[in-house]
Amino acid sequence: MLETIVSIALLMIAIAMAMLIYRVIKGPTTPDRVIALDALGINLVAIVALTSILLKTSAFLDIILLIAILAFIGTVAFSKYLEKGVIIENERNR
Amino acid sequence: MNEIVNVIIFILIILGAFLNLVAAFGVIRLPDVYTRNHAASKATTLGISAILLATFLYYYLEVGHFNARILLAIVFLFLTSPVSGHLINRAAYYSGVPLWEKSVRDELKTEKKQQL
Repeated sequence: MLETIVSIALLMIAIAMAMLIYRVIKGPTTPDRVIALDALGINLVAIVALTSILLKTSAFLDIILLIAILAFIGTVAFSKYLEKGVIIENERNR
Repeated sequence: MNEIVNVIIFILIILGAFLNLVAAFGVIRLPDVYTRNHAASKATTLGISAILLATFLYYYLEVGHFNARILLAIVFLFLTSPVSGHLINRAAYYSGVPLWEKSVRDELKTEKKQQL
C-alpha cells in the first residue's frame, strides 16, 4: 500500500518536473527560467525524500538539506547578477 | 494505531505531490513572471513541507529512527523559499520585465515617480 501511494506521488512529481522543464526551455525572459529552475530543485528534494521511503533506507537524508541549500544559493546569486550585473562586488568605498 | 499513522502518512504524501503539481500547472498557465512566481514559491513550499513531514513521520513512527535533519530541512525551506522568490521577483522588476498587459496597478512605479 505504501509503495503504491509513493509511486503515484512520484509519478505526479515527475509530471510536474516535465512541465517545469517546458517552462525552462520556452520561458520568454530569464527570471522565468530561474523561477522554474528553483521549483525544479525543490521538486528534486521531494523525489529524494520519496525515494528514500521507497527503498527503506535513511542514507539519502543528508542530500535533502544539501539540495535545498544549493538551490537557495544558486537563486540568490542569479538574482543578484540580474539586478546589479555582478555577483560579488569588490569596490571598497562607493 | 499503526493504521492511523499509515493513513496520516498517505494523506501527507498525496497532498504534497498534488500541491507540487498545482505549482507546475500555475507556472505553465499564468501570464507573466510575477504571477508565475506567486504560484511557484507558495505552493511548492507547502507541498515540500508536507512531503518532508510525511518522511519524518515514517522514519520516526514506523522505523523508530528520530531524524532531526529532516526537521532542519523543513525549517530551512520554510525560511528560504519565500526569500528567494522575493529576490528573483525584485530582480525581474528592476531589470525591466513588463507586467501583464491586463494588470491594473503598479504601486512601486507610482511611488518612484513621487520620490523623484
